[in-house]
Amino acid sequence: MLSIKNLHVCIDGKEILRGINLDVKAGEVHAIMGPNASGKSTLAQLLAGREIYKVTAGSVHYLGRDLLAMSPERRACEGVFLAFQYPVEIPGVSNALFLKTALNAIRKYHRLPELDAMDFLTLVRERMKRVGMDEALLLRAVNEGFSGGEKKRNEILQLNILQPRLAILDETDSGLDIDALKLVADGVNDMRGADRAIILVTHYQRLLDYIVPDAVHVLSQGCIVKSGGADLAKDLERHGYNWLETGDLIKQIA
Amino acid sequence: MTTTQQLNELINREYQHGFYTQLEADTIPLGLNESTIRLISAKKNEPAFMLEWRLKAYQHWLTLSEPRWANLDWSPIDYQNAYYYSAPKSEKNGPRDLSEIDPELLRTYEKLGIPLKEQKMLAGVAVDAVFDSVSVATTFKQNLSTLGIIFCPFSEAVQKYPDLVKQYLGSVVPYTDNFFASLNAAVFSDGSFCYIPPGVHCPMELSTYFRINAKNTGQFERTLIIADKDAYVSYLEGCTAPMRDEHQLHAAVVELIALEGARIKYATVQNWYPGDKEGKGGIYNFVTKRGDCRGEKSHISWTQVETGSAITWKYPSVILRGNGSVGEFYSVALSNNHQQADTGTKMIHIGRDTKSTVLSKGISAGYGQNTYRGLIKVLSGAENARNYTQCDSLLLGEHCGAHTFPYIEVKNPSAKVEHEASTSRIGEEQLFYCTQRGISPENAVSMIVSGFCKAVFQELPMEFSVEAQKLLGVSLEGSTG
Ligand SMILES: Nc1ncnc2c1ncn2[C@@H]1O[C@H](COP(=O)(O)OP(=O)(O)O)[C@@H](O)[C@H]1O
Ligand SMILES: [Mg+2]
Repeated sequence: MLSIKNLHVCIDGKEILRGINLDVKAGEVHAIMGPNASGKSTLAQLLAGREIYKVTAGSVHYLGRDLLAMSPERRACEGVFLAFQYPVEIPGVSNALFLKTALNAIRKYHRLPELDAMDFLTLVRERMKRVGMDEALLLRAVNEGFSGGEKKRNEILQLNILQPRLAILDETDSGLDIDALKLVADGVNDMRGADRAIILVTHYQRLLDYIVPDAVHVLSQGCIVKSGGADLAKDLERHGYNWLETGDLIKQIA
Repeated sequence: MTTTQQLNELINREYQHGFYTQLEADTIPLGLNESTIRLISAKKNEPAFMLEWRLKAYQHWLTLSEPRWANLDWSPIDYQNAYYYSAPKSEKNGPRDLSEIDPELLRTYEKLGIPLKEQKMLAGVAVDAVFDSVSVATTFKQNLSTLGIIFCPFSEAVQKYPDLVKQYLGSVVPYTDNFFASLNAAVFSDGSFCYIPPGVHCPMELSTYFRINAKNTGQFERTLIIADKDAYVSYLEGCTAPMRDEHQLHAAVVELIALEGARIKYATVQNWYPGDKEGKGGIYNFVTKRGDCRGEKSHISWTQVETGSAITWKYPSVILRGNGSVGEFYSVALSNNHQQADTGTKMIHIGRDTKSTVLSKGISAGYGQNTYRGLIKVLSGAENARNYTQCDSLLLGEHCGAHTFPYIEVKNPSAKVEHEASTSRIGEEQLFYCTQRGISPENAVSMIVSGFCKAVFQELPMEFSVEAQKLLGVSLEGSTG
């Protein structure tokens, strides 16, 4: 579904990603872990189409097509979804209007009839219950005055309503208490399916207790320094990221 | 950067009301002197008191010069190189039937979305259509008169209700008030007059629609609205003009009077031609609007959506004379390309327990300059006065500017005056959040801008709230959800 080859990415002339290779197949869940500032969000946002990042080398193909040539809204309509690490506030725009506009834009792209207010509300109410979100948040402005946890749940709600094919979650687990974490994990597990892929960006392996990944990759200083199965996350938890970096260093010196 | 391009496309939509209607016009000679004024007054067949008032205003105007304190820059206006009266030829003296109106004129208004023919009239909205210097039609007049409501062209009010006109004309904005108000008093040709008798709740929106058509013609209209004891009226004013390379002057005066317990809601959707992208042409809009809460517990609110004009100089104000009276000002002002807007309000607290609220939303794009200027004045007798002012600016792009000048004068220690201000820019981050959800950049900007203006749009009558959003280039597809 997603194929990243030798991807190099810069911002303000500074190279952040330095030759990423990654293949994600339909039906798989991949976790990307790594210390702060290793480039996890850069990768996530680049895939979603953020224009401030410049690709200097490499390619990204999504469902066989050149992803980098598509505008952000086109990618979204084609099924790429990013749950933001820091969701943005939009004053005066109700959460309901925002979600409905997004859903109908995507439906229109696929030549599906737009949902009217009634059908939309029925759908959204049911999904809100599933992610444990207060209905009052529908009428509030997008993310405005939301608590950290409410913002994250709001991202999961959008994920569940927009039903993308490739979902990228950027640290959706951070700042959540254990109950909220379980709800978010349920929300993500709900989405697992044969024709959908999920990339979980996370700093801790905690989330992976509830969402068992098919593969784990460790990102450090813009490179994937190690890939493995679900167990890799457990090793990291035990030894910390330094274990990997020194291991890497030893390999290079040896 | 692409964000900027997208913003530009959105706000650079062509002006849609820029057409000109070919009509035979009755125009008086170029220039301004005492005989111009006598001629206008004679054309209107005015009683002596009106002519006297005009001449006094003219004499006073000669002693004044243009106010230049605003954060505006305009080239000098040649007051002798303008026509002060232009009326469609078919327009004869005295009121007439709609069937006598030039069909070309009816088509003009239809094109503007203001049908005047009985079978097509906007439901629930009575319209007075002012074309250049004269009122050409007033709808629903009969229905209103059964309630004792007077809604007619100013020139007709002068003939039929001279006592009311004499009593209230200039009582809120005297002819000495300022340069443009003096000029207006001297040469104004028409406008709307409205009187709501005691205890009457006006059942429909009253609306005046102003259209400048003729070339080189100033438009000077005057609106006078009186809500008697416990009366209620909601009023809307709309305006457009053809596209022309030279600037045209619009200097209007609006006076509102609310007696005891009365309430007046006055809304404006101003869409005069703003000039082209280089700043050529466009209307100079110098307007004096003031409301007088004369009676106890009276209530006046101004709501304005200002999207047009090359220059906007406008400060709708409320004099809170009656004890317990309330004044409100809600404003959205957009300046794009080379438009300049210096607008705001004055709230003058005179009575006890008076309250005022000011909510101003300024949007600047292109090379537009947007200034909020507000005065909150609490006189010594205004025990317990309250004011809350909120002033937000939104910047779209790199070359525009937003400025805020709040003036506060408090002479009574029991007063509470609060002021909050903010400036923000539509961020790349906000746009990306929307586009990442599949929303096009144009719709994303529309949504963000209309979210920014929401609190003001809510104050507009339903029918016009939609129009105002469209005006801002806001296409809120299926916003009902
Ligand atoms: N907008 C930006 N401008 C400049 N540097 C940035 C920007 N965004 C990220 N970076 C830098 O890129 C590096 C990787 O950041 P990020 O991808 O956010 O890491 P992570 O998500 O793994 O913590 C950091 O050194 C960060 O400072
Ligand atoms: Mg990050």
